[in-house]
Amino acid sequence: MNYQGVWTVSENDQGKLKGVSYELLARGRGLADKLGNELASVVIGHNITDEAVEELIHRGADAVYLVNDPGLRHFVVENFSAVLRDLINVYKPEIVIAGATTYGRTLMPHVAVRVNAGLTADCTELDIEEGTGNLLQIRPAIGGNILAEIKTPERRPQMATVRPNLIKHAEKDERRKGEVVNVEFKAEWIDRRVEHLGFRKSEGENINIQGADVVVSGGGGLKKKENFGMIKKLAESLGGVVGASRVAVDRGWMSYPHQVGLSGKTVTPKLYIAVGISGSIQHLAGMKTAETIIAINSDSDAPIFKVADFGIVGDAFEVIPALLESLDHY
Amino acid sequence: MNIIIPIKQVPETGNVKMDEETGTVVREGAASIINPLDLYAVETGIQLKEKLGGKITVITMGPRSAEKALREAISMGCDDGVLISGKEFAGSDTWVTSYVLSEAIKKIGDYDLILAGERATDGETGQVGPEIASFLDLPMAAYTSRIVELNTESVVVERLIEEEYEMLRLSMPALLTVVKEISYPRLPTLRGKQRAKKIAIPVWSKDSMELDEANLGLKGSPTRVVKISTPQVLRNGMVIPADDEESTVRAVNQMLDFMREKNLIR
Ligand SMILES: Cc1cc2nc3c(=O)[nH]c(=O)nc-3n(C[C@H](O)[C@H](O)[C@H](O)COP(=O)(O)OP(=O)(O)OC[C@H]3O[C@@H](n4cnc5c(N)ncnc54)[C@H](O)[C@@H]3O)c2cc1C
Ligand SMILES: Nc1ncnc2c1ncn2[C@@H]1O[C@H](COP(=O)(O)O)[C@@H](O)[C@H]1O
Repeated sequence: MNYQGVWTVSENDQGKLKGVSYELLARGRGLADKLGNELASVVIGHNITDEAVEELIHRGADAVYLVNDPGLRHFVVENFSAVLRDLINVYKPEIVIAGATTYGRTLMPHVAVRVNAGLTADCTELDIEEGTGNLLQIRPAIGGNILAEIKTPERRPQMATVRPNLIKHAEKDERRKGEVVNVEFKAEWIDRRVEHLGFRKSEGENINIQGADVVVSGGGGLKKKENFGMIKKLAESLGGVVGASRVAVDRGWMSYPHQVGLSGKTVTPKLYIAVGISGSIQHLAGMKTAETIIAINSDSDAPIFKVADFGIVGDAFEVIPALLESLDHY
Repeated sequence: MNIIIPIKQVPETGNVKMDEETGTVVREGAASIINPLDLYAVETGIQLKEKLGGKITVITMGPRSAEKALREAISMGCDDGVLISGKEFAGSDTWVTSYVLSEAIKKIGDYDLILAGERATDGETGQVGPEIASFLDLPMAAYTSRIVELNTESVVVERLIEEEYEMLRLSMPALLTVVKEISYPRLPTLRGKQRAKKIAIPVWSKDSMELDEANLGLKGSPTRVVKISTPQVLRNGMVIPADDEESTVRAVNQMLDFMREKNLIR
């Protein structure tokens, strides 16, 4: 079939690489080593510096396909899809992985159709099957109640998006060498039907709960909007951001971008603190892969305690202020 | 403004039970509902229709029983439904599902907008929307949280990404996948229910569209599920009480120790 090598699709913001790119390199390096093949990374954007490209090599890429042009300043799926499609058709990688971010989850399906490839969403683990060399893609489904192992036996490339923040970034080794392939920009990649008009920051709290190391979430147990004040304080003192259960969002205590769970976001922070959250199956779907989970709930039977590494059965209105005070004196 | 909305019927997750012995999901008895995230697409469509006129067609690919989902959407205010059903479609992955839905959409024709849910709560791939856009070569906005402006030529939307909102202008026809923030689904009306009960819903088989049979069902699907297992979710960490001042202080101190041990605070 002639498809060879492992590719990661790096992500950047105005030329600056995002952390997920290095996590993908760590995944990709492991797969490439098992296959005895090369690892390459694709970077599409504008103002991508030599240092950024070097960094990808230092962190494990044997080659970098760089597509750097003002026309690609903003992520427009149609344009980026055309670029990636052409690169795949020319260089024929065997495996292509991207982050399960809004970027990867928009771009990859668009490309998968164009190159007739299978795509597995939001994998938590990737491996190579012994014997066949096929990519094994493991992902949760049905609200995290099952884990499915998925293969793409025939079509190439094998494509997957990978849930971010689950593993460490690939280590930097400044002695590593790699090749940089400067890909010439083609005007035909640009879809005139779509225009990027700008960005709008959300008012109020930081909404990037997926990029945070610490998420402190409040739920129905907080009783009213004002009580999120202490959740915000706790998040702030731990250098984290505020999350919420659906009940808290539906009652208007926090806005939707903060919602964690099946119909909200999936987060994998180093620390997740659930305050006054029962731990419904739908909430767990969004946070149970967090590295460490702490729960504070007045009901000792609350299901959240089953997934917690540490729990306090108590009244949040007593526990959180006491906690804040201790942290203050710290 | 003619709108097509692909909706999926899913098991109600609230009712998903695990068989403790076999560790598998018990599907029997779990009610089937419209994918909750598709209700936001349906609501958005109805609001646009109320403002601009036109009609809404809901389509689904699934077993015969998925007809119920279509009738439910019609009872909310959608106009027509099309059910795509047949054993050839069984086992389709997202690539095949979007291929078939795209062909169905071509056959329906005469549309300005396609609205899809962000993802289905069973498979949770979120791939079918973008894949339909790719098959039909329609401009797309994924994670749409607001329609800012809309006319027959173009639509301006905001999409919710990790750090902020992005504004895009798409020329029509276009496809949007929507997130929950965009609307609040209404309940079916009595009149809607009556209409939904009576309306004829055509069932399309593989012969109703121009489909390449090699691309259908399990055998046409690039991806294969080879194994299902139940993840170990229980951590059963230490749980301590805080029911008076003294035990609260103790609990808080233990929590801080725990966090220090894990290097979460210094
Ligand atoms: C299709 C579907 C999708 C869904 N998606 C999501 C989703 O994305 N995210 C989500 O979160 N939910 C989701 N839900 C809703 C979910 O089923 C639960 O209803 C919801 O998670 C409950 O939120 P909660 O635990 O904050 O509130 P409640 O169920 O009201 O629980 C409040 C908890 O606070 C505790 N408590 C009360 N007072 C105190 C106090 N003083 N101190 C400490 N603890 C206290 C109680 O013991 C209780 O455990 C979804 C449901 C469906 C059907
Ligand atoms: N079988 C189906 N029939 C109709 N629409 C579907 C089907 N599967 C997925 N969709 C649509 O695609 C969206 C994303 O689904 P998924 O990619 O399965 O997570 C859903 O919210 C629906 O709008």
